[in-house]
Amino acid sequence: MTMGKVPNSRWAAMQSGLLKALLGLVGLSAGTAFATNDLPGGPAVNQLNMHPPVTAIAIEQNWLHWFMLILCTVIFVAVFGVMFYSIWKHRRSVGHKSQELPEPIWVELGWTIVPFLIVIGMALPATKVLVAQKDTTNADLTIKATGMQWQWGYDYIKGEGEGIGFISRLDPEHRAMSNAGTGPKPDDYLLKVDNPLVVPVGQKIRMITTANDVIHSWMIPAFGVKQDAIPGFVRDTWFRAEKEGMYYGQCVELCGKEHAYMPINVKVVSAAEYTAWVNEQQKMMAAKADDPAKVWELAALVERGATVYAANCAACHQANGKGAGPIKALDGSAIVLNKDHAEVISSLLNGRANGAMPAWKSLSDTEIAAVITYAKNSWSNQSGDLVQPAAVQAARNN
Amino acid sequence: MSAVLDHHDDHAHDDHHAPTGWRRWVFATNHKDIGTLYLLFSFTMLMIGGILAMGIRAELYQPGLQLVNPELFNQLTTMHGLIMVFGAIMPGFVGFANWMIPLQIGAGDMAFARMNNFSFWLMIPAGLMLAGSFFMPGGAPAAGWTLYAPLTLQMGPSMDAGIFAMHILGASSIMGSINIIVTILNMRAPGMTLMKMPMFCWTWLITAYLLIAVMPVLAGAITMTLTDRHFGTSFFNPAGGGDPVMYQHIFWFFGHPEVYIMILPAFGIISQIVPAFARKKLFGYASMVYATGSIAILSFVVWAHHMFTTGMPVTGQLFFMYSTMLIAVPTGVKIFNWIATMWKGSMTFETPMLFAVGFIFVFTLGGFTGLILSMAPVDTQLQDTYYVVAHFHYVLVAGSLYAMFAGYYYWAPKWTGVMYNETRGKIHFWWSLIAFNITFFPMHFLGLAGMPRRYADYPMQFADFNLIASLGAFAFGLAQVYFFVFVVLPTMLGKGEKAPQKPWDGAEGLEWEVPSPAPFHTFETPPKLNADANKIVA
Repeated sequence: MTMGKVPNSRWAAMQSGLLKALLGLVGLSAGTAFATNDLPGGPAVNQLNMHPPVTAIAIEQNWLHWFMLILCTVIFVAVFGVMFYSIWKHRRSVGHKSQELPEPIWVELGWTIVPFLIVIGMALPATKVLVAQKDTTNADLTIKATGMQWQWGYDYIKGEGEGIGFISRLDPEHRAMSNAGTGPKPDDYLLKVDNPLVVPVGQKIRMITTANDVIHSWMIPAFGVKQDAIPGFVRDTWFRAEKEGMYYGQCVELCGKEHAYMPINVKVVSAAEYTAWVNEQQKMMAAKADDPAKVWELAALVERGATVYAANCAACHQANGKGAGPIKALDGSAIVLNKDHAEVISSLLNGRANGAMPAWKSLSDTEIAAVITYAKNSWSNQSGDLVQPAAVQAARNN
Repeated sequence: MSAVLDHHDDHAHDDHHAPTGWRRWVFATNHKDIGTLYLLFSFTMLMIGGILAMGIRAELYQPGLQLVNPELFNQLTTMHGLIMVFGAIMPGFVGFANWMIPLQIGAGDMAFARMNNFSFWLMIPAGLMLAGSFFMPGGAPAAGWTLYAPLTLQMGPSMDAGIFAMHILGASSIMGSINIIVTILNMRAPGMTLMKMPMFCWTWLITAYLLIAVMPVLAGAITMTLTDRHFGTSFFNPAGGGDPVMYQHIFWFFGHPEVYIMILPAFGIISQIVPAFARKKLFGYASMVYATGSIAILSFVVWAHHMFTTGMPVTGQLFFMYSTMLIAVPTGVKIFNWIATMWKGSMTFETPMLFAVGFIFVFTLGGFTGLILSMAPVDTQLQDTYYVVAHFHYVLVAGSLYAMFAGYYYWAPKWTGVMYNETRGKIHFWWSLIAFNITFFPMHFLGLAGMPRRYADYPMQFADFNLIASLGAFAFGLAQVYFFVFVVLPTMLGKGEKAPQKPWDGAEGLEWEVPSPAPFHTFETPPKLNADANKIVA
């Protein structure tokens, strides 16, 4: 069903070379301090067109865009050719006298009917692609993506790997680099996640999207997929990646302050690699399932809490626990240090201040207990106080 | 159809007792004074919104966070949008309407002079609340100018202030619209039939109906947001069974006609200026009126093209894709008519004409990217990326704002009685046009490459285009300061060559039948018009 060819990379290289030369001329090349390279599966440096497509739908979208771009450019040049010809010839300064034109009805009818026909010509190929794009039936694998402030949760719902579930979030180092302002940044800056979504090549993947708090949107440009993730609703889209590799996208619906920091990363692997990954995940899940009944020692729980804190809390509350601006300090906080743990546990489970502090229900009981214990025993907080996972479990089930 | 007119000469009136000093402005009932107030308010808000935009572009000048944190960044984008749409563009066109509609139809003033005063002064508290929301606890609203639920439910108290401000602005717009409709339908001079009316009046008549139709819809949406926030309702809150997508449907049912509210009066201004400087009549006047009406009607059935990625059924997407593409047809008719008006004219290119031609050229570029975006499968790639940002700035800045600049240069001699400085006007035009394109053209590439909008920080590969856009934006902002200080201010102070009654030899219409500056009261008795209703015969 391919309708057209994607422009070749030589053309793209020539374009970006031209641009670099242009930028160099005015001495403005921003990237020169630290050379940035193209990110395969993600954006290229000064990319001028859509991402190189790796699904049939994305190829069609690229084709449609070229079709529209060429058609619109031709009309644009023709119409404004006439206008600029008139501006050139029909000026008073070259002595042109104004002449009223006759207004026969066929002129107005003509330039109503002809554009109408052109528009129909545009709508026909678009209709075909749109219908194909919306057909999510007969999927080999169904995965649910849940948008949360500010990370993605993935659950393998149906097909090989059913039951696997994990959270995918931006590498905290990248978030720190962003806060640092200037300084060298890697090619996958703001796109690198801890756990990419893994899918097999050549299979039809149905993505179900939903959200926990506000609207997010899940997209991978190379797949031609973009679907809002709406709390309280389930939506779906699909893709069949034809090429192995890493592919990148970002959240595209404003979802609060960390909107720019919840990337999407899909790793497309061969069928054999996928099976191996599924087996490994299932073994890891069995091993990692924390028993909430386990009674922890203070030191071990603080150590566990430190990793949870670095991955989830430090972005807002800062590594030193002092908070910033409207973000409350944890260091010295009465709520954190309270011997009665009910309020601090509920803050983590349900969020605070109307969601300004989001709910962290997605963390396990052990992780929540660990991070609270960490906060109670870090910086100037040295309470020696400890929250066991069982207490969190009890609060969660209330 | 004959116009109904008051018999002014039946009773003695007190025009020479017009208030002076601050009373002249606070108690203003004169359409010219109120028009001036509207225009000054609009320009002030343009500057405030512009400063916010400079903040956005300064942060995006290079990757990494340097100047603002992400919370403040979202506040900047949100308030930039709200202030520009509701504070700058809409009141700006109302200012033009106040000044020009009575002059163009030969009416003594607007129909409801005191309501006119009220609808202006209502905007001041609203403007203060919008601009002042940055100083409220938790900062300004940061949910985007579209105020999508349920993100709005997480906002601080400034969200309520914002909602209140928009209610007030909506009430003001509705009052303004009623005034314009009643004035146009009832107060035209004898002989000024509807189909002889200047195009600017026609486009405003249709715009006023659009405003009355959709402002209450916005009011409903934000009121439901307010009750969701404070009174336990769950219209849009999924936690209580509400529907966040319904918010988007209601918002865009307002929002798409709103787009045309901001562009139809611009079409009207351009339709006045092009014939004046081509020294010809407007080509296809009747078809221009019908095209404007068609655009207005179509604008009610295209709203969900803003929502292609929310997951509508395929039939819904097809309907909204087709209806959106159809808008290209009447818009095309307008462009063709303007070019036919230029054809075989005797054109000169004073600043108003430069801005008008610039408008046609750059607005059409934005129109074409709109056509590309209307294609749902392509929109899947481009929705919520910088491509959309580029598109709507091409139609709103190079469209609405350029038309207002054109209108200013065209009519300011009538308002102030002095000519603006032509060289400075031309500098303003070329500076704005070049800086505008440097700012927004690279955004098409960023969007095609997938850079999402409303991002405080971005991957390294997007750095160069963002840098170019930021430099362009600073230059564009500076151009508008230049415009005010070196073009507008001197004319307001009366410095410059004295303007003749009709400074443009090709211009037609009743506004050129009164002296420059237009006296405080004009057309106190209905003028007697010629057959074309564009000249006073007695």
